[in-house]
Amino acid sequence: MSKVQISSSINGESVEFLCEPQQSLMDILRDELSRTGTKEGCATGDCGACSVLIDGRLVCSCLVLGVEAEGKEITTIEGIAGEDGLHPIQQQFLEHAALQCGICTPGFIVAAKALLDRNPDPDEETIRYWLAGNLCRCTGYDKIIRAVQGAAQELAQQA
Amino acid sequence: MGAFAYVAPSSVAEALAVLDEHASQGKRAQVLAGGTDVLVQMRTVDTQPRMLVDIKGVAETNQLDIGATETFIGAAIPSAQLNENAELKALFPGVIESADLIGSTQIQGRASIGGNLCNSSPAGDTIPALIASRGVCIIATSGGNREVPVEDFVTGVGKNVLENNEFLLGLKFPNPSPGTADAYLRFIPRTEMDIAVVGVGVSVTIDENGNCTAARVAIGAVAPTVLLVTQAGEALTGTQLDDAALQAAGEACTAASSPISDKRGTVEYRRRVVAVLCRRATAIARDRAKAR
Repeated sequence: MSKVQISSSINGESVEFLCEPQQSLMDILRDELSRTGTKEGCATGDCGACSVLIDGRLVCSCLVLGVEAEGKEITTIEGIAGEDGLHPIQQQFLEHAALQCGICTPGFIVAAKALLDRNPDPDEETIRYWLAGNLCRCTGYDKIIRAVQGAAQELAQQA
Repeated sequence: MGAFAYVAPSSVAEALAVLDEHASQGKRAQVLAGGTDVLVQMRTVDTQPRMLVDIKGVAETNQLDIGATETFIGAAIPSAQLNENAELKALFPGVIESADLIGSTQIQGRASIGGNLCNSSPAGDTIPALIASRGVCIIATSGGNREVPVEDFVTGVGKNVLENNEFLLGLKFPNPSPGTADAYLRFIPRTEMDIAVVGVGVSVTIDENGNCTAARVAIGAVAPTVLLVTQAGEALTGTQLDDAALQAAGEACTAASSPISDKRGTVEYRRRVVAVLCRRATAIARDRAKAR
């Protein structure tokens, strides 16, 4: 099986890797590049645990081939925090106790970041629809929604 | 046993050359756009290795042209990108709302209307809306592009008119006249993230007196393929799109349907719901047309 050499940017860092044509970007991130913050839930695009941004667009990394990352800018959960510490979304998830087992959390945070980048002041319904592709079996979602609302407020105050 | 391979051609000619080479040698190739159906199927129902031909690098598949009389939507443009285009949404609200119903935000970031059509599911959400809005498939072939109306594209469950050495480049639509508008409604038992129990796409044209001069109704998830119901369009044409006309169009949809019973709904249920959705979608399209 011949591997393909791929060059892309992950969280602002140039990365090269070898990839089998059918390998998912999620598998590459986790197994080849040791970026294990991106989680595997269903691997069929239903749960959102593997959410990443590709050129700013929110996608499931299980439904992207590693070879498709050529020349792309990828943001994973490891790229969300700033140099000074946690991103406000991450901080608000802690303050609202918006996680229990934590498997879904990286996907929620990446998805919430994509939402707030586009729409800094979303109403609750918008947040719920935007995050409909992120499944959480622990929290019942309310705390997650409040954390995203809290992050939107915090980001608005910073601006 | 072969192995998976991947190629990302940068032109129509290159893509056709790869497809043609595989077709003529009896080797398997599969066109890849957003991959939200293909990658799942490749890992579950059919794991046989194949050449994946990623057409997203072909400029035409990402082209969106809103011209004076026609609109072209490249086959691989993600739904999210279509939904962000205010001009497109204003022209074809029904087509865009059908694309917007497919999957989550993450899926929308990759899934395309071209892919939804080529997947050729009886329940594909965009297909009734594409048919209602008079969509025409632009298919790249070695002899030049050929055109197929969307209602003639899908031939069976998961089957369509594409030959092994062809691929869908995009869809074109006549721009709606001032009195024309479309709408799409689907029924699912929840509010989001489900497969259609029934879907109905409608486009109506009204004159300055509110008379319907043309109408197209297409129904999904109630037959092996999405159907253009000409009798429903005829029931609406020449009327004021009043309750009686909507009732008649709904009955034509029920008559044209041949659904199956499955976990999402029974035959009897789907036959009733298709009439209800036809009435409601027609009323939305009518009100949009009046507002134009």
